[in-house]
Amino acid sequence: MIAQHLPILQVVLPLLAAPICMFIRHPRVVWMWAFVTAWLCLPMSVGLLLKVLEQGTIVYNLGGWAAPWGIEYRIDILNSFVLIIVSMIGAIVLPFARRSVEREIPQKRIYLFYTMLLLCLAGLLGMTITGDAFNLFVFLEISSLSTYVLISFGKDRRALTAAYRYLIVGTIGATFYIIGVGLLYMATGSLNIADLAVLIPNIGGNRTVQSGMAFLIIGLALKAALFPMHMWLPNAYTYAPSVVSIFLSATATKVAVYAFIRVVFSIFGDVNILEILPVRNMLMVLAIAAMVIGSAAALYQTDVRRLFAYSSIAQIGYIILGISFDSVTGVTAGVVHLFNHALMKGGLFMVLGLLAYQIGSTKIQDIAGLGERMPLTMAALVIGGLGLIGMPLTAGFISKWYLIQAAIDIGLWPIAFIIVLSSILTVVYVWRIVEVIYFHRPVNPINDIDRAPISMVAPMWILIGATIFFGINTNATLEIAGAAAKALLAGGV
Amino acid sequence: MKEKIILRVISKFLIPYILLFGLYVQWHGDFGPGGGFQAGVIFASGFILYGLIFGVSNVRTAVPSAATRILLPLGVLGYGLVGVMGIFKGGNFLDYNVLAAAPTGGQHLGIILIELGVGVTVATAMITIFSTFASRAELQKPRDEER
Amino acid sequence: MSLETEFYFPSLGLYWIIIVLMMIGFYIVIAHGNLVKKIVGLNVFQVSVFLLFITMGKVLGGTAPILKEGVSTYSNPLPHVLILTAIVVGVATTALGLALVVRVREAFGTVEEDDICALENDA
Repeated sequence: MIAQHLPILQVVLPLLAAPICMFIRHPRVVWMWAFVTAWLCLPMSVGLLLKVLEQGTIVYNLGGWAAPWGIEYRIDILNSFVLIIVSMIGAIVLPFARRSVEREIPQKRIYLFYTMLLLCLAGLLGMTITGDAFNLFVFLEISSLSTYVLISFGKDRRALTAAYRYLIVGTIGATFYIIGVGLLYMATGSLNIADLAVLIPNIGGNRTVQSGMAFLIIGLALKAALFPMHMWLPNAYTYAPSVVSIFLSATATKVAVYAFIRVVFSIFGDVNILEILPVRNMLMVLAIAAMVIGSAAALYQTDVRRLFAYSSIAQIGYIILGISFDSVTGVTAGVVHLFNHALMKGGLFMVLGLLAYQIGSTKIQDIAGLGERMPLTMAALVIGGLGLIGMPLTAGFISKWYLIQAAIDIGLWPIAFIIVLSSILTVVYVWRIVEVIYFHRPVNPINDIDRAPISMVAPMWILIGATIFFGINTNATLEIAGAAAKALLAGGV
Repeated sequence: MKEKIILRVISKFLIPYILLFGLYVQWHGDFGPGGGFQAGVIFASGFILYGLIFGVSNVRTAVPSAATRILLPLGVLGYGLVGVMGIFKGGNFLDYNVLAAAPTGGQHLGIILIELGVGVTVATAMITIFSTFASRAELQKPRDEER
Repeated sequence: MSLETEFYFPSLGLYWIIIVLMMIGFYIVIAHGNLVKKIVGLNVFQVSVFLLFITMGKVLGGTAPILKEGVSTYSNPLPHVLILTAIVVGVATTALGLALVVRVREAFGTVEEDDICALENDA
């Protein structure tokens, strides 16, 4: 029975576990509860992926109403891959969360924190799994609203303004998305993504559909922090509690990018968008701008968290660039980078969470000379940084290799060059950290570094280890991403 | 605003009917226009009117924050449990048809229960939002005067 | 014929109202420095979208979508349901936004964006 209902249980479990946190209220017990929930979600999404690989797309009708009238959950390879990213990061973050949250959030509010974290998880999983454009909006708002609350938990008072700005921008993005859905509904009378994919090619030249697409793309680009719409991201990641920035950097923008892929390839997959609007060229330009400007802005940051936040903007650029190539290699690179970047950024923000826990700061001058005091943690930071650069034997290499290959395949040499240039910028900012860690003297010697609890170190090494593992053993991720890319480019859902 | 006699008398007269109308909209959801969202807001507006005229502390006595804190998640849980019941009875999530012996009866039952969950959550959420903001303002006043 | 023209032109005019509302709301969000006014602008912006959805539910000559003998054309109820959901989301967003403004006011002592930016850069 459970196997048949896995698609809905995947979402409903965290969604219903969240209000139960309100009854438990005891900080430790609530953490246990959230931990168990997150770890139950992981096998579910693994089960879904295996099932999809075995028997193809799974369709689940809510309330027994058949699509396109009812809401359906539709899971294909791409979906289930993103589900794994989200639930895996959720499961790995929670053991890390216990000590970190106890230190950063007042005892009385911890239960609210986990309520919001579970809601956010449910929202992100729902966004990924649903096959209904309006349902996607609802889950988008569930995850966004809980994200605003999570960010405002930050200690610094600037966390409040960061959350406020994200709320304004995020709501505008979501409203743009819903305008787009409305315009498509006007033209087609359907809200189901698979159904839209069938209906839209017939009326692709329609002005309503075109403006609908523009709204959808801008709305989701705001949520994904694509280059000119990224201004909310650095502050949000910098001032949020450590656990939140780990979780968000690894999942939230990824899921928005996933929704973006759904719009571009599924809804408008059969329409040759280039003939209607130069969407893909536009995306390519924005992605390149994101890669270069994001990396360049990262050079000037004095806070390591902020530095990695800007690097996230650049990395989103890589993913969108891969998508904009519109070739199997390019989309494969984009999808693989979704996964790899989630691992690397998750790992890196965990290192920073550990720093915040142990020395209480992530400012670049405060980590000077820590290479001797905390050799292992700093090694993790360096490995994560190498992954961002795209060194061979790390996961980042694979995605960049495919990206460059895709650029060369379609004869865009200059873009391959820009990818390398952006990687060099990455080398510079990672080197800046390495230099400070290993070759600078500590400014104010810190004597009492707390011992890092194993519950925080282990998750960090799992993610950092995974960056190396998936850099060497690339078959699984590449195969899945390749299959997803082929399915996407074949058009439709 | 307690000293304004017209407001006080009229609102005392109106509040029971507002609550009654809220309940009517709530329980009418399976037959005609109605449902939990609207009913919840109407029901809560009765309390909000009460709070505006007689002070927030009185609303807090009528609906203590402990009660809202329990009812708020309880409504969501109720909604979810009805959905999960569908799974246990052999249908899909939120399948009302399987809830009772006959599909029509099941639909009625499902809608009533779901709307009840929605209504409880929306009403308590509205009351909580109002009373939290309003009592925050009362907390804020002495602090502002210190400044 | 009369029915059609009667309903057609107002609805086109309605789109203009929606667009004007949308732009007013959007302008307030971008141009105003006061955090509370930004939220108000956001609300105007969202309401215009609600209107957009509700207008598309209207079917020419259709009545309220309640089964009744002798009536064959009903208006489309789906957009209303969608907008009910969106309104609830809007209320939640507004409440959360205002709550954040209250906290910002307590932390910074002001709700003007320029002042807050100045305070942020000092810190």
